[in-house]
Amino acid sequence: MRTPLGRVRGLGSARSGTEHFWVQRLTAIANVPLVLALVILVIVLAGRSHASVIATLSQPAIGILLLAAVISVIVHMRIGMQVIIEDYVQGEGMKVTLLMANTLFSCAVGLVATFAILRICFGS
Amino acid sequence: MVEFTLPKNSKVTEGKTWPKPAGAKRTSEFRVYRWNPDDGQNPRMDTYFVDRDDCAPMLLDALIWIKNKVDATLTFRRSCREGVCGSCAMNINGVNTLACTHDIDEMRAPVRVYPLPHLPVIKDLVPDMTSFYAQYASIEPWLHTKTANPEKEWHQSHEDREKLDGLYECILCACCTTSCPSYWWNSDRYLGPAVLLQAYRWLIDSRDEATGERLDQLEDPFRLYRCHTILNCAKACPKGLNPAKAIAEIKKMMVARQL
Repeated sequence: MRTPLGRVRGLGSARSGTEHFWVQRLTAIANVPLVLALVILVIVLAGRSHASVIATLSQPAIGILLLAAVISVIVHMRIGMQVIIEDYVQGEGMKVTLLMANTLFSCAVGLVATFAILRICFGS
Repeated sequence: MVEFTLPKNSKVTEGKTWPKPAGAKRTSEFRVYRWNPDDGQNPRMDTYFVDRDDCAPMLLDALIWIKNKVDATLTFRRSCREGVCGSCAMNINGVNTLACTHDIDEMRAPVRVYPLPHLPVIKDLVPDMTSFYAQYASIEPWLHTKTANPEKEWHQSHEDREKLDGLYECILCACCTTSCPSYWWNSDRYLGPAVLLQAYRWLIDSRDEATGERLDQLEDPFRLYRCHTILNCAKACPKGLNPAKAIAEIKKMMVARQL
């Protein structure tokens, strides 16, 4: 029995979204050089021995580059996937579950990758 | 998930083929979506033939010819017949546009005519625009001021007036909004290109004093940020406007007030 205007106004404006919009673009720009550097690094390291790879990755500049790439890509991935879920998943329960899973998955991947890089950099 | 297929009772079936007009030398074929809320049947595609020597050149003329001479039950909206009122917006050969401004000779035959997509159908080519108009009302499309009214009109420089060009011409036909996939999936919360273009028309109006409040109302992951710059809106607009650019300008205003 709600009026059409009442339905459209709904719960009102969330007063958010700009931060997401901004961070998505910021990480997109950051990803261009970071992912490019990552690809070059993989090509350079391909075929090298384990010890040589560890020695290269544990250099401060390379370690920081890897950490930056992991953080930027995962933040970008999480926001991107969130938008896709919000676009296509209509049931509220399913939507909230998937949004939680998306955040937890991104955190898990990020933590594992960060831990692995730190371990390589600082040794076990 | 969003529905990618039509529900069973909305599947379109083959309809009636109406006889060719007797004695016509030059005919054009039209396949038109028909649905009657009263007969309990699925929608169907009826085929009509129009005597082109007895009919004016535009698609709307052909629909009026069919209604007058073949099938009086065919239902559609029309008014100005010159692209100003926006009433005859429909999906013609897969493109949302106005029936009155499109020449039959320039269309691939047979011409397929459907109502605007992703709106509830009231009958035949008449969609239910209630929610679209409510969304338009929600942005309060009128001048908001706190300053006491001047004795005469509110003044505006020529330069500021020019900022409304490309915005004020919108006729609210909903061709853009109903061409937007983002609107198809989230029309209950996303305002859609037409309404956001109109919102920007008031945001950029130098006489309006409620820019901040207007931005507050739009700053929402669904109301504004469902726009993913797909650009179907700009392609569909029969007036040649660019709602996507207006939406991008709103997003820039949102960022500008935070930096």
